Amino acid sequence: MTAPISSHRHCERSEAIQSVTHTALDCCATLAMTRVWVWFIALLALFALTAPLAAQDMLPPAPYAYKQLADPKQEAKAQALMETLRCLKCQSQSIADSDAPMAGDMRHQVRTRIAAGEDPEAIRQWLIERYGDYVSYTPQVKPITWPLFAAPLLFLALAAFLLRGRFRRSKGA
Amino acid sequence: MSEATAPSKRPGLAVWLPLGLFAAFLALVFVGLYWPADREVSSAFIGKPLPVFDLPPATDERPGLATPVFKQGKPRLLNVFASWCVPCAVESSQLAALAKQGVEIDGVAIRDRKEDVARFLGQYGNPFARIGKDDLSQVQLAIGSSGVPETFVVDSKGIIRYQHIGDIRPEDVPMIMRKLAEAQ
Repeated sequence: MTAPISSHRHCERSEAIQSVTHTALDCCATLAMTRVWVWFIALLALFALTAPLAAQDMLPPAPYAYKQLADPKQEAKAQALMETLRCLKCQSQSIADSDAPMAGDMRHQVRTRIAAGEDPEAIRQWLIERYGDYVSYTPQVKPITWPLFAAPLLFLALAAFLLRGRFRRSKGA
Repeated sequence: MSEATAPSKRPGLAVWLPLGLFAAFLALVFVGLYWPADREVSSAFIGKPLPVFDLPPATDERPGLATPVFKQGKPRLLNVFASWCVPCAVESSQLAALAKQGVEIDGVAIRDRKEDVARFLGQYGNPFARIGKDDLSQVQLAIGSSGVPETFVVDSKGIIRYQHIGDIRPEDVPMIMRKLAEAQ
C-alpha cells in the first residue's frame, strides 16, 4: 500500500512550521552536545528545503463566516446552533470554534438560513441528513440513543431497588 | 435487628455485580481506546437523488455544472476537488485513466480562483466535462462531502450511488469502474 500523504485522507490546513529561534551555542558544550546540535541544524535545514505546500485556499472567507447577523436575536440563535455543530475538518471543534475554511462556509450557511427565517433544528436535521448524527454534538432522541436518555432513570430505579431494604429497616428500628 | 443476629446467608452473586459492571466498563474503555481511529465522515446521502444546484464555470475551458446533466441516462462521476489540494493532484492520473475509458467526469472546484483552476488543469490535465465553481462549499455541504478530494458515483437517474473519500489510488480504478457499471 502506498503511504497516504497525511494520516487523514483529506486535505487539511497545513500548519506552517513554526520558526525556531536558534539559541546560541554554549561555548562549554561537549563534543557530544555539538554533534546533537549539528544533527538538529541539519534536520532544520532539511525542513527548510521542503517548501511548505500551499494546502490552503486563496479565497476570502464566506461573507457570514466571521460577520454576525444584524439582528441580535437571530445571531444568538445562530451562535447557539453553531456551538453544537461539529466541524468536519477539525473534528473535535464546533463550527463556532474552528477557523477551517469549511467551518466558515458552514457558519455562512447557518447564518444565512437563520436570517431567512429557518428553524435552527431544521438546519441541524438538514446537516444530519447529509453527514449523519456525527455532525451534531447534541444527541438526538432515536432508537439507538434511548439508553443515553434512559440510563439515568434506570440507575435511579436500580438504586431505589437496592436501598429499599435499608429504608424499611431504619423505619422498623 | 433480628436479621443481623441470624446466621448470615451466603452472599449471593449480587455481591459481584458492581465489580462485574466495573469490569464491563473498563473493557468498553479499552476497546474504544484501541479501536483504530476512523475520522472519515461518510455521506449519509448515498441512495438519495443529487440535490438541485447550478454552479457557474470554474474555468473558461469548460461549462459550469448543474443537476440536469446527471439525469441524461448515463452514470457519471462527480469529483469534488480544489487546486490547493495536494491529494487532488495525486489522483489526477487516475481520473485521466478513467476518462480515457470513456467515463464522464464532472468536477466541483471548492473555494478556488479561476486562475488557480486553470493552472492546476494545465499542470495535471483536464479529465472533466464540466467544472462548477463552489466558492461557499454549498454543493459540497449539500451532498454530504466533508473534504477534498471526494468522488461520487451518480447513476443514470441522478441518484448518488457511491462515495469515495480521499484520492483515487491506481488500485481503486477497477473498483470505481465496477461501481459505475452497477450504477447503470
